[in-house]
Amino acid sequence: MRLDTVRGGPGAPVRGRPRRRIGAVTGAGLAVMNNGRVLLLAFDTATPAVTVALRGEDGVLAEHTEVDARRHGELLAPGIERVLAAAGASRTALTAVAVGVGPGPFTGLRVGLMTARALGDALEIPVYGVCTLDILAAAVAAAGAEDFAVATDARRREVYWAEYDAHGRRRTPPAVDRPADIAERLAGRAVAGQGPALYPEFFPRALEPALPSAAGLAELTARLLAEDPGALLPPLPLYLRRPDAVEPGARKSVHQPDARELGGRATTGAGRA
Amino acid sequence: MTADQPIVLGFETSCDETGVGIVRGIELLADAVATSVDEHARFGGVVPEVASRAHLDAMVPTVHRALDQAGLKLSDIDAIAVTSGPGLAGALLVGVAAAKAYALALGKPIYGVNHLAAHVCVDQLEHGPLPQPAMALLVSGGHSSLLLVPDVATDVRPLGNTIDDAAGEAFDKVARVLGLGFPGGPHVDRAARDGDPAAIAFPRGLTGPRDAPYDFSFSGLKTAVARWIEARERAGEPVPVADVAASFQEAVVDVLTRKALRACKENGVDHLLIGGGVAANSRLRALATERAEAMGIRVRVPRPGLCTDNGAMVAALGAQLVASGVEPSALDLPADSSMPVTEIVAQGLS
Ligand SMILES: [Zn+2]
Repeated sequence: MRLDTVRGGPGAPVRGRPRRRIGAVTGAGLAVMNNGRVLLLAFDTATPAVTVALRGEDGVLAEHTEVDARRHGELLAPGIERVLAAAGASRTALTAVAVGVGPGPFTGLRVGLMTARALGDALEIPVYGVCTLDILAAAVAAAGAEDFAVATDARRREVYWAEYDAHGRRRTPPAVDRPADIAERLAGRAVAGQGPALYPEFFPRALEPALPSAAGLAELTARLLAEDPGALLPPLPLYLRRPDAVEPGARKSVHQPDARELGGRATTGAGRA
Repeated sequence: MTADQPIVLGFETSCDETGVGIVRGIELLADAVATSVDEHARFGGVVPEVASRAHLDAMVPTVHRALDQAGLKLSDIDAIAVTSGPGLAGALLVGVAAAKAYALALGKPIYGVNHLAAHVCVDQLEHGPLPQPAMALLVSGGHSSLLLVPDVATDVRPLGNTIDDAAGEAFDKVARVLGLGFPGGPHVDRAARDGDPAAIAFPRGLTGPRDAPYDFSFSGLKTAVARWIEARERAGEPVPVADVAASFQEAVVDVLTRKALRACKENGVDHLLIGGGVAANSRLRALATERAEAMGIRVRVPRPGLCTDNGAMVAALGAQLVASGVEPSALDLPADSSMPVTEIVAQGLS
């Protein structure tokens, strides 16, 4: 699945011509460089969606989303190039990066966080983290009027989830659980994210959206910078699970299966040195 | 940049070392490594998820340690190189993501390179341009390969490989049964110094007349060592750790050097390069040099710090690729955990 949106609002720069500054700077806290212009790059890789957006002072300029749970590492950097090109913007004009910090399957999540940290480092611009469940909730709250929950795929028959009030304010910390264990607690509540599609027996009331959008992340980040910058997070992953690892006995015979053979966890070598 | 003296920033995260190196042509400017080995020690092996988490946390600080060592700024970099594979998929992905982001931010070309070719190329930083062709013996916890290398930038040919455990893996497992630490290589090497390499006749795998001449097998040796120790223990006798370590080590390096030198002879190659973590083994260096000299073959082994996984080796290969005019990778280059050694540069998928 590939979704491309290029928005040509009043803030959209035109290649080759000096951009006119229209309206006030939104997000007073946004790092302002680039002759006072704000250009926020936002992306999230904590779900099967690799979603990237670029936001100027007055709104989102371009968005690019591809859904492929196994190719985050390949899709993200080209997606960033694509939104920059679509908006006619230079990478050096970026003034901040916003990244979804999960919770989400670790491998994809790390692609986003590593990319955000490295871009922030190389371009010397701030990097803001936002909980991925909150990105989904913000999209729901824009349309909804009742308490709801967000549940995304945590694999291994579990979901990452949190509860929200009608305004999209999170009321519980992000958690990871089996759907059966939270179904009663969320009974009757509408649920956004992929949870309802994956576990309709436990989450019968599905709410859009199923996947986060970077445009939503960019809008949420701009709003938080203006209204509540302390709510933005450092770019640290919300893993919520400890690494899988089996500690072997103090001394093991080579006749006994080692940790790898037991659980596929600890692997001697497999690329070392 | 000048094509033969490009300044290349190299990233290596194929296993548990976060390596960032900087070279100018074949000159080493910086080699910064952060390791998560201590976090893996209690598991007796590398835990992929632990390694991947550590790479994410270590990457940016390690980049800046490398830049400080070299006295350079990011804007001085001409090209980026990164290990694309082979290695642990999740670990590779962190380095690849970092390398792409730096390449994108700096507007510089990126080369997704083969880890094994990088192990070969790193010796240029210490001993000058590689002889062409060279024979390369790469031995570590992850690989045991014999490669014919006519040109490290364009032509690497696999001759043999381990059919079961990597040599370093055998060191790890034997160290564990001997109650020595992890990783096993240095511990066995140290213990073996006080032992007799001829004390116990351990088997030499795949050395029969009908066996594949360049392939390796260390699984049988590892089992033989364990059985020997268990028999001792059952008999209520003490285990002579130094003698077991020395005899095991001798069996490994005997096979490695014999096969590598035979490959040199049969392919008319007069330079043998040894790389990978096990190349730090003192007995391997000594025996290879002694046997090669008798055959008129020159042995090149980088210093131990360049034998283990590091970013400088990746940067070295990147610089060689620039100098050879090889096209860079596309920005959608993958992390390929089973990248074949014949693929020296990863291409994008689109
Ligand atoms: Zn290696």
